[in-house]
Amino acid sequence: MISPSGLPAQPAVSTGRRRRDGGRSILIAVVSTLVFFSVIGWVIVSSPSWPLVQHDFFDAEVFWRYLPVIGSAFVTNIALFLITEVLVLILGLFIAVLRSLPGPVFFPVRLVAIAYADIFRGVPSLLIIYVLGFGIAGLGIPGVPNDPFFWAAVSLTLVYTAYVSEVYRAGIESIHPSQAAAARSLGLTQAQALRYVVIPQAVRRVIPPLLNDFIGLQKDTVLVSYLGLVEAFRTANIEQQSIFNYTPYLALSVIFLVITLPLTRLTDYLVARDRRRFLAGAR
Amino acid sequence: MTAEVVRIEGLHKSFDKLEVLRGIDLAVREHEVVCLIGASGSGKSTLLRCINLLEAIDAGRILIDRTDITLPGVDANKIRRRIGIVFQAFNLFPHMSVLDNVTLGPRRVLRLPRDRAEDDATELLARFGLADKRTEYPDRLSGGQQQRVAIVRALAMHPDLMLLDEITSALDPELVAEVLSVVRELAAGGMTMIIATHEMGFARDIANRVCFLDAGRILEDGPPSRIFSAPTEPRTRQFLDRVIAAGRM
Ligand SMILES: Nc1ncnc2c1ncn2[C@@H]1O[C@H](COP(=O)(O)OP(=O)(O)OP(=O)(O)O)[C@@H](O)[C@H]1O
Ligand SMILES: [Mg+2]
Repeated sequence: MISPSGLPAQPAVSTGRRRRDGGRSILIAVVSTLVFFSVIGWVIVSSPSWPLVQHDFFDAEVFWRYLPVIGSAFVTNIALFLITEVLVLILGLFIAVLRSLPGPVFFPVRLVAIAYADIFRGVPSLLIIYVLGFGIAGLGIPGVPNDPFFWAAVSLTLVYTAYVSEVYRAGIESIHPSQAAAARSLGLTQAQALRYVVIPQAVRRVIPPLLNDFIGLQKDTVLVSYLGLVEAFRTANIEQQSIFNYTPYLALSVIFLVITLPLTRLTDYLVARDRRRFLAGAR
Repeated sequence: MTAEVVRIEGLHKSFDKLEVLRGIDLAVREHEVVCLIGASGSGKSTLLRCINLLEAIDAGRILIDRTDITLPGVDANKIRRRIGIVFQAFNLFPHMSVLDNVTLGPRRVLRLPRDRAEDDATELLARFGLADKRTEYPDRLSGGQQQRVAIVRALAMHPDLMLLDEITSALDPELVAEVLSVVRELAAGGMTMIIATHEMGFARDIANRVCFLDAGRILEDGPPSRIFSAPTEPRTRQFLDRVIAAGRM
């Protein structure tokens, strides 16, 4: 919950003075918000080329005409990010565990995991999509599919697994070693301690940053349009070019917001809750 | 004469350049309760952690039931399941209910079926006054209750030996008694225990033997009646004087 002052809501304080101050600050917030947006709106609308911009970007008729078309193309984006998210959740954890294997024997394993995470986080997603979707797919190796959706899913999975593995790893490292020691002292093996004690706690702790990465992933599904996959962005793009009007992009932006806003709010709520717990000294 | 449960010979342990244990010799017989006393940093915790192989040792031998557990190739997991350890900070698993905390070892290590492990755990919890806390999560328990759960969790593995590391020092004074009474009950039941403690009164009551640790060595070892009333080493006397001055005895 966000109070008008922009700070996390304070617990209700029962002194009358504070109450009245609270009421007044809400009033001030409402008035200043109205004034702020009215001024901005007035500046925009009264600018000389506003009618032109309105026609090109904010055409209500075009908006409603193309919303269903783009919406049905968005199903491809949804399918893409749902499949990718499941894969990323599993593979990310796998990579994180590989990276946390102790001892010199596992050095090469750790090295490969580190190199993977560094490369796929360091190269722009679009380049990876190009390299895999055109490069590898273009090799024409028998048995390897040529389908753009397949390569889109592979590219996004590889990119986001790299991010998510880092998130998991931070989570695993944040669990105090005494937890693993307590598990080992019962006779659990290292793997069992990880499986039953460390990972369950780590996963709980990293849910907010994981959701953050998922928001990024959902938005990045538009990048795979460059592979020729006709998803929502590509559809909006085609329509824009045929009618010389940018409003279809606005329609797609709205669709994205409908999907990502709840997730964004949920993430912020979880982060704020964790912070409160931390401040309260609770575990 | 009862059998020896633990024998430690010439145990050395360093952390980097800091030599924490400098030649420990100690033998503990079945049903014996040995209390380790000594200043903070004298190596009590480290010694306990070495005994159940949570720390690798640098030199010396540790025998459990006459088997050298420090030899290469010994399965440390097999050894640990027979030695229960309870930590100062409880170290309960916060994401598990009390029952799951207690049954984790029996189910995953001893491979008991769930219902058997849970029956066993329920019985143990009831014995220590925790029957109504089975489904509770650790953060909803008092410190004393948490520590009792930690003791039950170790007992659920039916260990031959219990290591208790200052298990009351993180507790509010009014909660200390409930935990110590659990330990008394274990001693009365014949449990072999090595107990690191700052509670001198408790050590005097419960211990068959008290070992005074000083800078990584056992400086003095004897029955509590002698150690507490007529220590032979000046350093032991100094330590006890300081403890008395601090009002902890
Ligand atoms: N993992 C570690 N790494 C480095 N030094 C350590 C480690 N564990 C313990 N030490 C050091 O070893 C020494 C002995 O520590 P230990 O915890 O065994 O003492 P203690 O007798 O249990 O003290 P206390 O009464 O305060 O619990 C201390 O100087 C401590 O700083
Ligand atoms: Mg200690």
